[in-house]
Amino acid sequence: MKSQRRLPAAQFAAKIRAHALRMVHISNASHIGSSLSMADILSVLYTGVLRVDPGDPDWPERDRLIVSKGHGAVIVYAALAERGYFPVEWLAEYCKDGSKLMGHVSHHVPGVEVSTGSLGHGLPIGCGMALAANRERKPHRVFVILSDGELDEGSNWEAVLFAPQHELDNLVVIVDYNKIQSFGAVKDVLDLDPMPAKWDAFRWSSLEIDGHDLGQLESALSRVPFEPGKPSVIIAHTVKGKGVSFMENSLVWHYRFPDKDQLSKALQDVELPS
Amino acid sequence: MRTAFINTLNDIAEHDNRVWLLCGDLGFSVVESFGRRFPERYVNVGVAEQNMTGIAAGLAASGKIVFTYSIANFPVMRCLEQIRNDVCYHNLNVRIVAVGGGLAYGYAGYAHHAMEDLAVMRVLPNMTTLAPGDPVETELLTRAVIDRPGPCYLRLGKAGEPVIHTTRPDVQIGKAISLRQGSDGTLISTGATLGLAMKAATEFAAVGISVTVLSMPSLSPLDKDAILTAAKETGKIITVEDHGLGGLGSAVAEVLASSGLHTCFAPLYFRAEPAVVAGSQNMLQSSHGITESGIIAAMLSLSES
Repeated sequence: MKSQRRLPAAQFAAKIRAHALRMVHISNASHIGSSLSMADILSVLYTGVLRVDPGDPDWPERDRLIVSKGHGAVIVYAALAERGYFPVEWLAEYCKDGSKLMGHVSHHVPGVEVSTGSLGHGLPIGCGMALAANRERKPHRVFVILSDGELDEGSNWEAVLFAPQHELDNLVVIVDYNKIQSFGAVKDVLDLDPMPAKWDAFRWSSLEIDGHDLGQLESALSRVPFEPGKPSVIIAHTVKGKGVSFMENSLVWHYRFPDKDQLSKALQDVELPS
Repeated sequence: MRTAFINTLNDIAEHDNRVWLLCGDLGFSVVESFGRRFPERYVNVGVAEQNMTGIAAGLAASGKIVFTYSIANFPVMRCLEQIRNDVCYHNLNVRIVAVGGGLAYGYAGYAHHAMEDLAVMRVLPNMTTLAPGDPVETELLTRAVIDRPGPCYLRLGKAGEPVIHTTRPDVQIGKAISLRQGSDGTLISTGATLGLAMKAATEFAAVGISVTVLSMPSLSPLDKDAILTAAKETGKIITVEDHGLGGLGSAVAEVLASSGLHTCFAPLYFRAEPAVVAGSQNMLQSSHGITESGIIAAMLSLSES
């Protein structure tokens, strides 16, 4: 059973990585490294975890996903297109004049719950959505993907205090912990370690996993909440630029886009072995 | 005004279960009644305005009409980007309520003085910006914002403001309210300075000068027609507000400047000078020239020009 579910997620991840690489290549856009680090997280969410209906994006009881690290837009749009929210052809228009696909995640794109791009906004909004569902005993869950650098923003910690106070066990945070923020290594800018202890101290139920191991992601995401009455946090250890050999763990790919030769090499890297 | 607000909100919430109230750990002796009556729709989010505003956006995105409540700049400036990005950009039904508009928290000092809030809020996309002139306008505007689509800012005084309207006015968002008709000039007021404008008008009448008084609680949308009509009919406009540059005076100037009319115009507003000593609302407001005599002096100078 498990291996059957891993295959689609792996294929999905390979496809959205390839889309994302082409998108930043065509549009000369930044943030490919941050996009690749959450490709596997999004793939597991969209291939099995999220209860959503791309044919009815406003279905009231859908699970909500907020990608608070809005600069990872290419991989989010790629995932939404592959999941069927809009034609895959739209992706080629990313950041072109007049395209719906703006450079940071936009709610004008079908399937996107909220626009992000300024960091530290997603989790408070997620708390509001989770609170509404919780107080009205509705079944849907709220997932929020945060970057590690984003945790420098104080607004997150206001929300981190709030969620356990109100027993929001329908709220799940996934930290894309790739250890590199915009201008340096996380440990050199504002060290977040010990990460799980921080969340535990705030009365969240935490789990550390390998954020590129599809089995671990599926296992973790399928058993939320980890504890009744507590919000859950998955600390996903990831690699910036994951999947493209020359982009992995490299700060410059927060900014740089691949040229034609680099794109070709990168696409080979992310292809699944046949 | 805050009493009129909470009584009205309680009344509305009784019949409309979409209405929620969030407070940022402030509102002692004001918001408790809502919390007791509607505990499922009330949250004290703690001293955390950014989170409060984000939560409000999340609730509103789930179909609620959400009031956020705090003092002066706290629900406005501390969380301005949440208001801009999360609330305004998504055009959500969040109503931001600030008590202590202007210098109502006089002795408390500059941290508690709302002198720039209207300027900031009225330029945001989709935002309806309201500063009622008395408790009657407060009640009617609190009712009016319920079904107003998109975000609203409701800037209130504190407690004990006098009732200015002797009859129940026709209050509509985006419309000025006429309290007196005259032909020698027009006084336009936003917020709690309405009483000053009415007193000045009474003094003018005693010396044979008749002025129109317009209460302009709605800064955005703005009643441009009322401003242009007043300019054409009376030739002179004085604005008065308990706020600094960028509020009513600036908004009226924007309308007049592009009107082609040659209107004599005197905007009275706070200088961008934070308080350096303790003072009552009256004392501090006087130091900025927002007084009856300030209005009279402005009218005399327009008459001479």
